[in-house]
Amino acid sequence: MKILVPVKRVVDYNVKVRVKKDETDVELDNVKMSMNPFDEIAVEEALRLKEKGIASEIIAVSIGLPEVQETIRNALAMGADSGIFVNCTSKLEPLSVAKILTSICNKIKPDLVIMGKQAIDDDMNATGQMLSAMLNWGQATFASKLEIQDKKIKVGREIDGGIENIEVNLPAIVTTDLRLNEPRYASLPNIMKAKRKPIDEMKVEDLNIDIEPRLEILKVEEPKSREAGIMVKSVDEMIEKLKNEAKVI
Amino acid sequence: MKTLVVVDHNNNKLEKSTLNTIKAAIQLENVDLLVLSDSCKDICNELINIKNINNIFINENDAFKNQLAEDSANFIAENFKDYANILFSNTSNGKNIAPRLAGLIDTMIIPDVIEIVDKQTFKRPIYAGNAIATCKSKNKINIITIRATAFEEAEIGNDNVGKIKEIGNLNVNNLSKYLDSELTKSERPELTSADIVVSGGRGLGSAENFQILEKLADKLGAAMGASRAAVDAGYVPNDWQVGQTGKIVAPNLYIAVGISGAIQHLAGMKDSKVIIGINKDEEAPIFSISDYGLAEDLFKAVPEMESKIN
Ligand SMILES: Cc1cc2nc3c(=O)[nH]c(=O)nc-3n(C[C@H](O)[C@H](O)[C@H](O)COP(=O)(O)OP(=O)(O)OC[C@H]3O[C@@H](n4cnc5c(N)ncnc54)[C@H](O)[C@@H]3O)c2cc1C
Repeated sequence: MKILVPVKRVVDYNVKVRVKKDETDVELDNVKMSMNPFDEIAVEEALRLKEKGIASEIIAVSIGLPEVQETIRNALAMGADSGIFVNCTSKLEPLSVAKILTSICNKIKPDLVIMGKQAIDDDMNATGQMLSAMLNWGQATFASKLEIQDKKIKVGREIDGGIENIEVNLPAIVTTDLRLNEPRYASLPNIMKAKRKPIDEMKVEDLNIDIEPRLEILKVEEPKSREAGIMVKSVDEMIEKLKNEAKVI
Repeated sequence: MKTLVVVDHNNNKLEKSTLNTIKAAIQLENVDLLVLSDSCKDICNELINIKNINNIFINENDAFKNQLAEDSANFIAENFKDYANILFSNTSNGKNIAPRLAGLIDTMIIPDVIEIVDKQTFKRPIYAGNAIATCKSKNKINIITIRATAFEEAEIGNDNVGKIKEIGNLNVNNLSKYLDSELTKSERPELTSADIVVSGGRGLGSAENFQILEKLADKLGAAMGASRAAVDAGYVPNDWQVGQTGKIVAPNLYIAVGISGAIQHLAGMKDSKVIIGINKDEEAPIFSISDYGLAEDLFKAVPEMESKIN
């Protein structure tokens, strides 16, 4: 079984992002970049399926500027077998990414795509579902448990009321939630080994896909800030404030 | 120009955020509602008196009981081709179905909208709410999910009663199948629409210790929430998680106990009207957004608070 894992390079989750003065975007110069945490979970899950003897090959794909190859290398260092780098200099939105991934899936024919439920930069939560629609495959979003049986995959999904279990025919798309697993760190020997693993490069122009954005970003601004509050000294003072000042209890 | 709201529900009851989504839709134009369920009657009873809607379309099919994205998205793509806007609540159902529909009809989804500037311009949070993006849509059809806490509820009245009409035929998908679910049972108010939320973090230390918070919640008639760390540690169920990748809440009062205040957590609760933080570390970031902070051990402060509130 062949698994494709799309990985995205994003601002590290520990960075407090700031809006640029001209309000065109957030500040991206000199900030730490990392693999989207949900994609790390996706890579980890693919590796576990390989270690169980269910998967035979794991391919990591990333789309964007040459820097995204670092993210592919991270996935290779965790244990993925090979990478695909789609060189693309224009801004991408989930719709375009899903189209590019569709074209790659049609070419390499994976049995399963495991990907993050959302990227922590644009918080879209969309690419996996869009890709499933375009391929006409089944989807299992927000996965916190996953089991493969024959040509089917059983997935526990985190939903608003708890957990829902569904069964999807393969090939399928799974999007990962936080509780699916805890990703491993790449060991030094594996980081060295990853340098020799192959990354296939393609240019987005060669795929003949319309990637013109449909959403034009007019402005990126700071959210409304909260006024600073006060520290109280005791539970009594807290209750008094809540009753008489805030009037919420 | 017509606007469709896809109603979220659990087959018996309306999911409350649908009312906020309808309110947002009314800012667009000519609102119709769509109910897909194995039994639409009770849900329609809740919808029939909402002001400013035109039609309530329904399709009753056993397959809709579990709202698989493959079925719902196909059905909507087939039957609502002439709509300019299709809105969902940003719930787990909405997040599952809406992007699939967008993929089917080659539209870029506009998720988690907090403000409708005009008919093609929308605001949405990015980077865990640390920035707000204003997006102008070039889509022919806008597929939008609405953040409930950013909109009021649609008004209920007796005038302008919507008309119920059956629509379409579902070809049941053979890609996916519902098996079962493990739903968290609770007598407390629903987390995303509660007036008061009591939330606990890693500082609670164990599942048993959460009981001291639950006692406070019950005294206040509050819903329970949690940080990711508390959920990951198995103290509480996953559907209690508040934050960037959990639920978004904006109650009148949010009580954060033993929660440090990571940006990912703040993303889910910083629009609450009043926030109080209880944390033994006086440097904890939660205090920077708390209206009232108390730097004390929670195992002392919470029982005391519970006993003194009447
Ligand atoms: C991709 C991604 C998504 C995430 N999504 C979310 C999300 O949606 N929601 C979310 O909450 N987090 C999320 N996180 C995690 C987030 O970064 C933090 O790790 C998490 O919120 C920390 O939880 P906490 O505050 O309970 O734990 P900690 O940060 O460990 O804080 C515990 C606090 O308890 C206090 N404490 C301990 N003992 C006591 C005591 N006896 N009395 C009083 N105070 C005490 C400590 O001083 C400390 O401040 C996400 C992270 C990533 C990477």
